[in-house]
Amino acid sequence: MSAPNDITRRALFAKLGLVFSGVVGALLSAPIVGFLLSPVVRGRNGRYESWLSLGELDRFPAGETRLATFRHPGAMPADGVTADVPCYVRRIDEARFQVFAINCAHLGCPVRWFPQSGLFLCPCHGGAYYADGARASGPPERGLFEYPYKVERGALLIRAGEMPTAGTSAANSAGERPPCA
Amino acid sequence: MRLTSRIAAWFDQRLGLAAPVRESLEHPIPRSTASWAYVFGSAAMTAFGLQLVTGILLALVYVPSAGDAWNSLQTINHQVAFGWYVRALHGWGSNFMVAIVLIHMVQVSLFGAYKYPRELTWIAGVCLLLFTLGMAFTGQVLRFDQDAYWGLGLGASIVSHVPFIGPAMVQVMLGGPIIGAATLARFFALHVFIVPGLLIGFMAVHLLLVMKLGISEWPMPGRVVRRETYLREYHDLTHRDGVPFAPYAIWKDIVFSAVILLAIGVCAYVLGPFGPAGEPDPTIIQTSPRPDYFFLWLYAVLAYLPPAAETPVLLIGGPLIVLALLLLPFLSGEGEKSWKRRPVAVMTILLVAVSLGTLTHLGTYTPWSPQMEAWSGAPIPSKVLEGRTALERSGAAVFQAKQCRNCHALGESGGQRGPALDSVAVRLTEDQLIRQVIQGDGNMPAYGNNLSPAETTALVAFLKTLHPPTQTPARDASRAVIHGADNGRAPGPSATKHAPR
Repeated sequence: MSAPNDITRRALFAKLGLVFSGVVGALLSAPIVGFLLSPVVRGRNGRYESWLSLGELDRFPAGETRLATFRHPGAMPADGVTADVPCYVRRIDEARFQVFAINCAHLGCPVRWFPQSGLFLCPCHGGAYYADGARASGPPERGLFEYPYKVERGALLIRAGEMPTAGTSAANSAGERPPCA
Repeated sequence: MRLTSRIAAWFDQRLGLAAPVRESLEHPIPRSTASWAYVFGSAAMTAFGLQLVTGILLALVYVPSAGDAWNSLQTINHQVAFGWYVRALHGWGSNFMVAIVLIHMVQVSLFGAYKYPRELTWIAGVCLLLFTLGMAFTGQVLRFDQDAYWGLGLGASIVSHVPFIGPAMVQVMLGGPIIGAATLARFFALHVFIVPGLLIGFMAVHLLLVMKLGISEWPMPGRVVRRETYLREYHDLTHRDGVPFAPYAIWKDIVFSAVILLAIGVCAYVLGPFGPAGEPDPTIIQTSPRPDYFFLWLYAVLAYLPPAAETPVLLIGGPLIVLALLLLPFLSGEGEKSWKRRPVAVMTILLVAVSLGTLTHLGTYTPWSPQMEAWSGAPIPSKVLEGRTALERSGAAVFQAKQCRNCHALGESGGQRGPALDSVAVRLTEDQLIRQVIQGDGNMPAYGNNLSPAETTALVAFLKTLHPPTQTPARDASRAVIHGADNGRAPGPSATKHAPR
């Protein structure tokens, strides 16, 4: 360590200059980091949770599972076709439905519905689910993700939220279904 | 003095670069390193140069918007002069670059070139490998087709496994609630600005270190690296028996780089550009997403890992591998360099190569995936239908209609997710077949809710006929005791004790 009187006026100015630059840098880093983390900093957009229609109830015959498509409520014009999100609607009876996300609970690939065997099969790693979305076999650790739904004025409405992923089941307000015994 | 020399002299008087450039070109290297084994680093750099040129060209037309990217790729392929060829060069250049970087790494580790004093050179090299793979992944995303779209979902799913901040990381990665415009823009920035910037920076450091520390000499068994003596020994090697880098070694670098460029050019011309595959429309679900070949091994790992092991293996195993690579020069910074005296190193490299090769091979034909069209597309082999009863034949129809075929092969066609059923009757008795079909087990879903009793009876009757003519079907020995059947062939007491479940 040098004694205090070793510090020259110029060296002190240089150090003060560095401190000043550091403060300015710290001030500027807030918007830079904030911009980068905008999807988190901004929090969840209320629009994601708005109710949107999948169509008239007649489109979903009781006892069947049909593919439906919705435009994501958070879509931007530049999203193009990527904002058209598919999902499966299972109409159990007149009043009860299940709306499944298309994404496999393993790694998000699009599952396909096979009415003959009553299974959803995933083309990526062979995950399989029963008609009620419960895990049947393969790598997924849980059943299919479900969207919350309601019926209003003869139409089926769901809340889309974010794209469900394996580690973010909590983000989907439908919560986790216990796997079928 | 000729005009060109005078112009050159004018510039050099101001820039003063000629002397240092000549000095670095002619710096002495050990005679043994003027070898064809030392050409991969420069070849990787050449491939990167080609990627820079073709990448900038593609950026002139490509539209990094989720709604337009796919169409702009079609425009490049079909409407821009040489557009398809520049895309092909960029795609094949990326394949070659990954391959050359891996070969370079294998050569360096076999030659023990990472040992003292070249630790930092190795670390910069490991970072360059990661950045190269980063370029490969982000590049695959920019080819914004179905594979890219679902590949992003796969990446997001892996990221989401990170404890606590996983969901937030997914949001930052995607830039929004879904894979869309913000996602593609992010990956465009990564592929075009951030990762190439890092690559160039680390490449400069890597190259500077190679110049400063000298090219690692050809390893000789018995010539051991010691911190105390190595620098002097290397100095002797380069100054007593050294040769100038240019032209002794550089001509091989130049020739090999040209060979690589030619190979990329020929591959691009003959095999053409990669895709794009189908439009990135998530509502088209008739798709089987596959990553590009550099990540097929990972795709296979994700299929074979037990579900519970996936998160720890991905989140702990991955960083551990990178950490092990970074620490390698500190764990074995001294000692023998020659692969002839380093069996563990050779075995490790062989093991990794064989594992990656096997997993990649599996990733190309995905035996773990159900074959979605097999139930309606694959015919039932006629030999399993010949001489069958009406019940057994209706069982064959059930077998096909209930999509058993998507996972089970019969006569070489069908899915490979479950075992082939050509001889299932030898393995399982009637009761075991019924139980397996109704309740499922292991990797098989239960079909109890989806088969009527009549369908189950017919299906099992059919399955019971599936055995080679030379082998008898499995028999439940306890039945004979209970029902007194089996025509007097009284089973021994052991049969009753060891009756199947």
